[in-house]
Amino acid sequence: MNMPNSVASPHAPALTNGSGAAAILAAGIGSFALAVLACAGDKLAAVKNSLIFYKPTGPLSGVTTSAILIWLVSWVILEWRWRNKTVGVERIAAIALALLGLSLLLTFPPVVDLF
Amino acid sequence: MEITVRGLWTLIHGMGFGALYLLACSGALVELHRFTTSSASPESTPGRERFLKAYLLTMVVLAWAAVLTGAYVIYPWYRAAPPPSTTDLAMFPQRLLMSSPTTIGWHSLGMEWKEHVAWFVPISITMAAFVLIRYGRDLKNHRQLRAAVLSFAVASFVAAGIAGFFGAMINKYAPVQGGHTIQLSQGEEK
Repeated sequence: MNMPNSVASPHAPALTNGSGAAAILAAGIGSFALAVLACAGDKLAAVKNSLIFYKPTGPLSGVTTSAILIWLVSWVILEWRWRNKTVGVERIAAIALALLGLSLLLTFPPVVDLF
Repeated sequence: MEITVRGLWTLIHGMGFGALYLLACSGALVELHRFTTSSASPESTPGRERFLKAYLLTMVVLAWAAVLTGAYVIYPWYRAAPPPSTTDLAMFPQRLLMSSPTTIGWHSLGMEWKEHVAWFVPISITMAAFVLIRYGRDLKNHRQLRAAVLSFAVASFVAAGIAGFFGAMINKYAPVQGGHTIQLSQGEEK
């Protein structure tokens, strides 16, 4: 997905798009991780029990804490790799939005009940 | 006029953080669109840029405050299990909703969806704020980044709307109650 850095011109962007693309894809990954963990916790008792990080909140504490960690770690890695690069942002944004759309679907209880 | 501590926290979570976020959302979407699409004009001054960045950062704080108070302050009261042989479920909102076929959907659909979908809000708006702060007016030159940021901001608005709607309805049918009572004012007989 990486492309050569663009050469500066009067109308060229001042910054490469890699940093923005990293933030966008990481948001998609984090959202999708949250949905998958929520779905897995709902369907598998062992997963549900392992996600109880804070007892009063129950499995929601583990689902959200794990998803936030996945989001932040993926963001740091992607930022580190793409920070100064120009990347194929159209494809990356499409993947991120698809992940977000799937996440919205996967958290909708009637859809979760299909599994 | 009085309110319980749990009622006050619910008010802070829903009306304070959640509703304020929703109110801010429409303004943020319009401003983000205008700021990143309009050509250089007197409107896109550094002052305006600073204002939009501060506006989005405030939304980030509101979004995180809403989900954190929801998950770690109010939700434990909502899902508390009643002791065996409890007949009055007023202090146990989840069980109260589940005790009747006419209200169970507010939990099985409403709360089950709300408790997860709400977390897309801070993730999306944090990303949007980061991209705007990093790129500033240069975002005008990144059409695809701009479109993706706006799409995530719209998704955060939708997710906040879902969470807000179900939160309000659940609190209508099974309000979180209990804790100390705070006297707000002394009523006078007319």
